[in-house]
Amino acid sequence: MSPPETVSAVQAVPGAVTQPASALDPMVPRAFRVEHVRREVKDVFSWQLRPLDGAAVQIAPGQFNMLYAPGVGEVAISVSGDCSDDSALVHTIRAVGTVTRAMAQLQAGAMVGVRGPFGSAWPIEAGYGKDVVFITGTVGLAPLRPLIYEVLKRREKYGKVIITYGSRGVDDILYERDLHTWRGRFDMDVNVTVHTAPTGYRGLVGSVAEAVNRSTFEGGNAIAFVCRSEALTLAAVRALQQRGMTTDCMYTTLERSMKCGIGFCGHCQFGPTFMCKEGPVYRFDTIERLFAIREL
Amino acid sequence: MLTQSNGVAAKVAQRPAEVIDRAGLGALISLLQSDGYRVIGPQVGDGAIVYETLASADDLPAGWLDEQSPGHYRLVRGPDAAVFAHTVGPQGWKRVLFPPRQTLWEGERDGSQFSIEPAEIEAPPTVLLGVRACELAAIAIQDRVFLEGAYVDAGYAARRAALFIIAVNCARSTSTCFCVSMQTGPKARTGYDLALTELCGGGRHDFVIEAGTERGAEVIERLERRAAGPEDLAAAAAAVERAASTQTRAMPPDAEGILKANLESTHWNEVASRCLNCTNCTLVCPTCFCSTVEDVTDLGGDHFSRERRWDSCFTLDHSYIHGGSVRREGASRYRQWLTHKLAHWHDQFGSSGCTGCGRCVAWCPVGIDITAEVAAIAAAAPAAPKDKR
Repeated sequence: MSPPETVSAVQAVPGAVTQPASALDPMVPRAFRVEHVRREVKDVFSWQLRPLDGAAVQIAPGQFNMLYAPGVGEVAISVSGDCSDDSALVHTIRAVGTVTRAMAQLQAGAMVGVRGPFGSAWPIEAGYGKDVVFITGTVGLAPLRPLIYEVLKRREKYGKVIITYGSRGVDDILYERDLHTWRGRFDMDVNVTVHTAPTGYRGLVGSVAEAVNRSTFEGGNAIAFVCRSEALTLAAVRALQQRGMTTDCMYTTLERSMKCGIGFCGHCQFGPTFMCKEGPVYRFDTIERLFAIREL
Repeated sequence: MLTQSNGVAAKVAQRPAEVIDRAGLGALISLLQSDGYRVIGPQVGDGAIVYETLASADDLPAGWLDEQSPGHYRLVRGPDAAVFAHTVGPQGWKRVLFPPRQTLWEGERDGSQFSIEPAEIEAPPTVLLGVRACELAAIAIQDRVFLEGAYVDAGYAARRAALFIIAVNCARSTSTCFCVSMQTGPKARTGYDLALTELCGGGRHDFVIEAGTERGAEVIERLERRAAGPEDLAAAAAAVERAASTQTRAMPPDAEGILKANLESTHWNEVASRCLNCTNCTLVCPTCFCSTVEDVTDLGGDHFSRERRWDSCFTLDHSYIHGGSVRREGASRYRQWLTHKLAHWHDQFGSSGCTGCGRCVAWCPVGIDITAEVAAIAAAAPAAPKDKR
C-alpha cells in the first residue's frame, strides 16, 4: 500500500491537490497597476487599476474586491466605476485606517494587489418597469455609481430615475461632476442636500429623508437602492415606507470586517449570512429583523 | 434491506469485527509508519492529553484518565493500563487539517514592482489515531466549511486527502461530554478507515477492530488477529453503552430555535458578566474556523508574506471596521459565538456547529457551560420560539 497515492477513502474530496496552490487561488492577489489617481474630496480618492497580465477584469455593480497595499494589508472595497469596461477597475477609497492611508500615499504607476470579485450584486433587472430611487450620502455614492451607469445605459427600461444624495457640507460632495451631468439630463432627478452650508447657499439643506419626501415617484411601483451608514439607513427606509414602498423593494449594501472574501475567515457574519457571500447587497426585507438587533 | 450498493461498501460492511491485542496495536502503528505515514495520536504532555506524533505505541497514555467538569481538567491514574480510557483533551484534530498558523503566500518587491508566490502546501500522509466519534463529526463539519462551498481551501483539501483515520469508540464519558444529545457519539458510525474499541481489565487488553473502508480492511489483513467472538462483541457494546448511559450533560433539544427566538434575551448580559472574553472556548472548539490574516514584512519592506492564523469572535478586533468594533459589548460577542455555533450554523452549513465534545465547558476558566446557557435562555424566554429567522 502506498499512502501518497490513496485518495481519501473516507470521503471523496473535491479538488484535492498536493501541489502548490494554483495561480487562481482566491487567497492570492493578482497584480494591478494604479493607472490613475483621482483626488475626489478630502481623504477620498479613486484608483483606476489595470491588470498586469492584461486579462479581462470581471465585476458586477455592488460587488467588491479585496485591494492589497504591498506589505501593509488588504481592505474590501466596492467597485465604483463602469463595470462594462473589462480592461480596468475603478475603486473609490476613503483613507480612514492603516491600509487605506498607505494606499492614499501611492502614486500612479504603483503596483497593488486585487482579489475578487466577491459578494452579491445590485439586481439591475429587478427595477425594470419601475421608478428607481437611489438614496445615498457622502462616500455612499461610490458603490451605487456602477449601478447608476447601468440604469442610465438602459434608461428606457425604467420609469422615473431619482437620486437623493446627502452630504455633510458643500465641500464633500462625491463625484460632483457626475452629479452635475446627471442633473443636466432631462430624464432623471438629482436632489442633493447638505447638512451645513455657508451663507448664500441656494441648494437644499436638511436630511435625505426630507429630500425623499420632496421627490415625485410612484411608491407602489418603485425600487430603491440605499447606501448610507447603518445608523442612517433606517431613516431612509422609513422615508420610503411613508411613500408607500415595502421593504421587499428596497436594497442596501452593508459593511463588515473581511479578511478573506470567500466565507472562510468568519469575520463578516451578519446573523446567518456571510456578508462576503450573501451580501454585501441585501434585499432589505431579508435582513430587516437582523438589522433591528443591536451589535449583531 | 440492502439495496444497490457499490462493491467496496458492501465488502467492507460484510467484514466481521476482529480482535487484536495490545501488541497488535503496536504492530498496527509500526505497520502504518513503515507504509510512510506519520502517526499522530494521544499522549501525555503539559498535564493533559495532547495529540502529537507517536514514535511507537509506548507513547500512548497508558493508565491515564481525565477528570473533567466545567472549568476543570486533570489527569489522574486509572485502574488499569488502558491507552484510550481518557476522553478529549484541549486539542482537536483541527490543528492538523487547519493549522493555527499558515503562510498563504510570499511576495517580493523590486522597485515599484512586486511578485507573489503561493506558499507550498505540506500534506504528508498522516494517520490520526484515537479519533473519537465527536471528533469525526467535527471533521465532517469542517469539511462542509472548507471543501463543500463555492470555494475549496486547497491546503485543507490536500491535508484531508492525506489522512488515514483510526477511530476509537469511547468506553467512558466525563461530566463535560454531551455527544449523545448531539447525536454524534459515543460510537463512531462513519468517516473512519478503522475503528477500535478497547477492552481492558480482568486480565485482558484487547481491541475490537473494524474496517470502515476498503483500505482499512487491507490493513487489518496484514495484522495478527482473530475473529471477534460473541463475548468480545458484547463487551465492546457494553463499553460504548456505558459511555452513553453515564453522560450527565445534554444540550436542550431545538437549541437552534431557542437561540433564534431569543437574540435579544437579557440573559446575554448575564452570561457576559461571567465571561472573560478569553477566547479559550473558540480555540479548543474543534469546529470554530474563524481566522485572520497578518501581513509580515522584513525591515526593508522588500520581502513580505501573508499569514493566516486562528482568530476568535471574542476579540474586539474580530468585528473591527473603521470607526470601531461592531460587537463592542461582551454580550454581543458571546451571543455571536453561541448563536453561530448552535443556530446560524444550520443555515450556513446544514447542521449544528457543535458536536457535544464538551471542550468549551471544561476549558472555560470560569466554567461557563453552553448547555446550561441555552437552557437558561429558554427558561428566560417570554414565549415559545416564534419566527425561526
